Amino acid sequence: MQESPKYWKGIEELENSPEFVKNALTEFADFLPVKETHGTSDATVAPRRDFLKLMGFGLAAATLASCETPIKKAIPYLNKPEEVDPGIANFYASTFFNGQDYNSVLVKTREGRPIKLEGNPESPITRGGLSARAQAAVLSLYDGARLQHFAKKGAKVDKDQLDQEVRNALAGAGRIAIVSHTIISPSTKKVVAEFAGRFAGTEHVMYDVNSASGLLRANGGVLPAYDFSKADTIVSFDADFLGTWLSPVEFARQYVANRKVSSEKRSMSRHYQFETNMSLTGSNADVREPLKPSELGEAVLAVYNVVVGGGNASAYADKSKKVAAAAAALQKAGSRGLVVSGSNDPAVQALVTAINQRLGSAAVDVANPSLIRQGDDAKMSNLLKAISAGQVGAVIFYNANPVFDHPMGAELATALKTGKVRTTISLNDRLDETGELCTYAAPDHHFLESWNDYEPKRGYLSLAQPVITPLFATRQAQDSLLTWAGNPTTYYNYLRAQWKGVLGGDFNKAWDKAVHDGVAMGSAAPAAPAQAAPALDVNAAIAAIKSSPKPSGLELAVYEKVGIGSGADANNPWLQELPDPITKATWGNYVTVPRAYAVAQKWEQGDVVKVTVNGKSVELPVLIQPGQAAGTIGIALGYGRMKAGKVGNGLGANVLPLLAMRNDAISYTAAAALAATGTKEPIAQTQTHHTIMDRKPVVQEATLAQYIKDPKEVTEYVTISTPDGPQKPSKVSLWQDYEYKNHHWGMAIDLNSCIGCGSCVVGCQAENNVAVVGKQEVINRREMHWMRIDRYYSSDAHKSDFETKGKLSTYAAMEDPSENPSVIFQPMMCQHCNHAPCETVCPVLATTHSSEGLNQMTYNRCVGTRYCANNCPYKVRRFNWFSYYTNEKFETVNGHMFTDLGRMVLNPDVTVRARGVMEKCSLCVQRIQLGKLEAKKQKRRPKDGEIVSACAQSCPTQAIVFGDMRDPESRISQLLRREDGERAFHVLDEINVQPNITYLTKIRNTDKSDFNA
Amino acid sequence: MDSIRLRPLTRLFLALFLFFVSVGSSFAQGTAADPSKAGVAPGATAAAAPAAAAGATTGDPAAIAAGDALFKGNCAQCHAVNEVVVGPALAGITKRRPMSWIIPWIKNSSKLVASGDEYAVKIYNQYQKQQMPSFQLSDAEITSIIAYTTSQEGVGAPAAKVDGGAATADGGGAVAGEEADGGKSMNILLIVLVVVLIVLVVTLVIIANIMKDVLRGRKDLDGRDREVMEQRFDFSKIYKSTAVRAIVGVVFVLAVLYESVQGAMGVGLQQGYQPTQPIAFSHKLHAGENQINCAYCHTSVYKSKSANIPSPNICMNCHSQIKTESPEIKKIYRAIERKQPIQWVRIHNLPDLAYFNHSQHTQVGGIECQTCHGPIQNMEVVYQYSPLTMGWCINCHRETPLNTKGNGYYDNLVKLHDTENGAVPFTVSSNGGTECSKCHY
Repeated sequence: MQESPKYWKGIEELENSPEFVKNALTEFADFLPVKETHGTSDATVAPRRDFLKLMGFGLAAATLASCETPIKKAIPYLNKPEEVDPGIANFYASTFFNGQDYNSVLVKTREGRPIKLEGNPESPITRGGLSARAQAAVLSLYDGARLQHFAKKGAKVDKDQLDQEVRNALAGAGRIAIVSHTIISPSTKKVVAEFAGRFAGTEHVMYDVNSASGLLRANGGVLPAYDFSKADTIVSFDADFLGTWLSPVEFARQYVANRKVSSEKRSMSRHYQFETNMSLTGSNADVREPLKPSELGEAVLAVYNVVVGGGNASAYADKSKKVAAAAAALQKAGSRGLVVSGSNDPAVQALVTAINQRLGSAAVDVANPSLIRQGDDAKMSNLLKAISAGQVGAVIFYNANPVFDHPMGAELATALKTGKVRTTISLNDRLDETGELCTYAAPDHHFLESWNDYEPKRGYLSLAQPVITPLFATRQAQDSLLTWAGNPTTYYNYLRAQWKGVLGGDFNKAWDKAVHDGVAMGSAAPAAPAQAAPALDVNAAIAAIKSSPKPSGLELAVYEKVGIGSGADANNPWLQELPDPITKATWGNYVTVPRAYAVAQKWEQGDVVKVTVNGKSVELPVLIQPGQAAGTIGIALGYGRMKAGKVGNGLGANVLPLLAMRNDAISYTAAAALAATGTKEPIAQTQTHHTIMDRKPVVQEATLAQYIKDPKEVTEYVTISTPDGPQKPSKVSLWQDYEYKNHHWGMAIDLNSCIGCGSCVVGCQAENNVAVVGKQEVINRREMHWMRIDRYYSSDAHKSDFETKGKLSTYAAMEDPSENPSVIFQPMMCQHCNHAPCETVCPVLATTHSSEGLNQMTYNRCVGTRYCANNCPYKVRRFNWFSYYTNEKFETVNGHMFTDLGRMVLNPDVTVRARGVMEKCSLCVQRIQLGKLEAKKQKRRPKDGEIVSACAQSCPTQAIVFGDMRDPESRISQLLRREDGERAFHVLDEINVQPNITYLTKIRNTDKSDFNA
Repeated sequence: MDSIRLRPLTRLFLALFLFFVSVGSSFAQGTAADPSKAGVAPGATAAAAPAAAAGATTGDPAAIAAGDALFKGNCAQCHAVNEVVVGPALAGITKRRPMSWIIPWIKNSSKLVASGDEYAVKIYNQYQKQQMPSFQLSDAEITSIIAYTTSQEGVGAPAAKVDGGAATADGGGAVAGEEADGGKSMNILLIVLVVVLIVLVVTLVIIANIMKDVLRGRKDLDGRDREVMEQRFDFSKIYKSTAVRAIVGVVFVLAVLYESVQGAMGVGLQQGYQPTQPIAFSHKLHAGENQINCAYCHTSVYKSKSANIPSPNICMNCHSQIKTESPEIKKIYRAIERKQPIQWVRIHNLPDLAYFNHSQHTQVGGIECQTCHGPIQNMEVVYQYSPLTMGWCINCHRETPLNTKGNGYYDNLVKLHDTENGAVPFTVSSNGGTECSKCHY
């Protein structure tokens, strides 16, 4: 029996607000402020005259154009490099690490400029997956806000002069501090050590914006490596391991490996999530329970008491049956169980470690630990105190911006401004909040301009190589440090020398292979220090949990967003416009509040409130978040940049100053007070913008129990009545079917594997030159993303509840489902229908069907009637309301299409669409054409897997399979054969548009007892 | 009075008539010379030739033919058989050196020089220490090249060789030339006919006038005869006739409309565009007379979407030795010294919305360069030969059979096509080659 929960896309839909109903019935917004920048007073008069003027101008322009041919230049290389051919892309392996996320990447370059990052399939860690942040990193290379020269007090200065002054200053500085985020580069650490050897009194302090200091201390200074594929029962206490915690791309791949199902493998892991804010991980959990931050310790203790035993009684154990269920499941799973926690409280982490040790969890590896977080909150706060006290002679900020991204940033800013530190040097890539207050700036290269090595996990090495000549007069930070330390070798030679000790055999050969592959096995870091005893023993930890404050009022939980992260990439418009996976909000942060609280306070979405913690406050709009724990609010960090660049400046507010230290670690939770301000600020959400017509659910899900019973029963197939009885919709058709002789491209999306991370959205944007439209245009419902990830909430009520709980109470429960809804993600893009409704209404045949199954959109033929978008049942067509590359209104947000520098990132094989034309997903037709051509040149058929769309390629969980459905041996053909009649379904099958995109039903490993709890 | 007033009007009619005739004939010429119809035939590409060389033996005509293609593709830039160009003349090479020496030399001459081989060092020094590039050729291919050079020994002195080159070039254009000649003689015939007709009309008018004068001189004519003689056709009747007016008006409006539509369609068309280039490079000299393979300079024409305008280092392969004093070559030296790339004027401009890939047409389709670029080997200064309009592209896609032979990609498709449509050729468009997103995305 198919479950049929009620799905809703957002609060507006659930409440059926009048505005929502109005918008749902119209494809385009009524209010179309096209001219707001020019003053609208004459709006009613001008159009006709404008039209005539434009007509006249057009005629004149055409006449002129016919008289004179504009001269275009063709400029070849002066000395063409052998491996570069114009028109052919080269790929180089490299590594993305921004102090937080590690991704092994392949850099696609055209004519010597990087245009896209792709996952490196050679990497044993990220395995070809790529996060949204890594996808967007290529745009940061061309960021005009980077500091383009060496500077002293903000003014350009000669490099040699700066070096001389810095060396002199450092020589007599006394105590020197190098402040950075986590550094996982063994050679860089060696450089720092050499620097410290030259200048005695140098200390290197690492800190992390989203700190794992507590986790490190609880494990004796070692960060365990996790393998989620080895866990059958996963219990997560506020760890967003699929979105932001430690190494999400790696974890997502492992997690999904144990969750993919087929009729041969009808088993999957069970995932319990206890958390405050609705996180990406929580939305994927089988069992989720919202709890207050102050209850987290007690909840862990409850599990500890069951698995290990011997602790004080937990106050939470009686409150929740889900915790008991989780503990029982863990006990049953034994070594196949895993507990993780995202808390930065060493006490909580000590208990988690104890539980995992008792379980003997196979998923935790401390012998080859992860090195991805090394920040020490206590050390950092001591350093900042010393700086404020004027005890430090010189500070070097190495790609670290503590004025913005450390809770004590304000104190540091005061100390820097008042000259408490004599010599301040910034190696940051721009004059950011910290860099601006430093005397000297020696900007670092972008990672795509640098050599470097990385060791994200002991024994796993990774290399970064430059793929473009440095764009600006910058210098790699390591070279700066070496220069100041008096070592004349370049960092490249230094790096090679380091690797000589790592790679065995013929070094040159091994080095070339390592550079080519981007990854290598082996360790370059010094031998791990013997694991120190945890800072807290279990009893002390339990005592700490028992004595931790239990505020009676509202509790604030600060979280990190999947897109913006720590805020270092705030000037990247792709990330700013990437909708948050859960809230679907773009361009700024907000206060997530539970619905009941908002109703009680009579607040609506967008009402600005003042959040006060310990006398400090921020003002942000309210976003009603289903699944937010009662009595809590959530705010994302990484916003409120003031010196990021014109894209990122002034978006949202910085919540970090509200945080304080507890137990020698930054506490990301606090007691907070909320007060309405009476003002309103709209939140740019894409949530309900493209509502699918109000028909049967477009997403399908079932439970594992049902799937085990009969895979053929999990998906509901619509039939329509005909004289011959009920039939599949495709049996009755007005149109003739296409016959595909050559290829038939299609895509299958496994909703069970899709975690909603949004990597595909940015991947698509980079590949297809999709314009960024900015906050106001998102509010106007005109975002341009070709691919969106629909997020549906559903109630917990299931059909069987009608029998067990009675109809009345079930209906009553369904009416208020937003307390803890289930979430389902559905990537949605052009479905490339075989009977496409858009094709039949285009008056100029700008959208047509190809002989390979593609729904083709021909921009140069489109006249912009928008009939197609109106007729599209999936709402995936995007209209160019403006010319986003010339209209000054978009110069801030879409600036990279305005300058020669920024335009280097554009994919030269894809047209930049002009104003007034429709656009949509093309199934990456440029990649299809290229793949076919390569096959033809080699006189063979294309091999399966050679041609991959950008979204399928970037997916860390391989939820998207792209291929030729005409080839019986292709992965997609095999998958569709296997899943036909089981999990495979088309969205809105009953309208018989016969899409080429197939979805696979989501299977949840839940049973009724979890909901009756 | 009327007749006098009518004069200018008749002239106007005459002028209009002549105008239409001329316009019509110019369009007729346009279609006759429509380049898209000429020479669209899938031929073997130069790149396909080396494959034929595999397994060839010395003296075998097939080997010589294969060697011919390989020689022109790889060696002819620097070597001739009976003449010293950049490198030595190759006549008698088999007598001078054994094959066991020649093969490693061609594969990697610098290695041989470095190994201290006496002859190799001598050759190296003798030719200004100019290194011969390495060639990735198989032994069989090298043997076939040598077979070719041996067969060409003594064939024509240097002077004769140029003739030979010119002859082949002419040979290629001969067919087109005949057609053009036919058109020319037709034109001459027409002109002669028109002249004869004009002479005839003038003669007749003169005769009529003379006869009229003779009649006027006679006194015995009565009034009615006189009336007949002096009768004049009243043109004003035609002028005043509404039917005539309407016809003329409609024709005039149509003509103006037609002209403006044609003019509008021609906006942005650059057929025949022949800009002056910063360096007076002659394709006629390089591609025509010296028969340098196109891909020698346009290196990526068989593998990339762009054919690649050669960078100066390719010019330097030869011009570090040849014509070093020429002022045009000196411009290249200057560019290299100043590190300023040469800014050629782009001739073939496709709009950004159209995707074109050279390798698709050359390597896969087997289309000759000349099919689209015209008689490039005869162009002193290159001009745009084809209109490069979408109609021109589509037309060719409709008419050209696919080059499917020996290409595993098409095997099944050809079978499917043949079973369904039998005799109809398997054209580009029947494989979806006229669909929008083949070129627009």
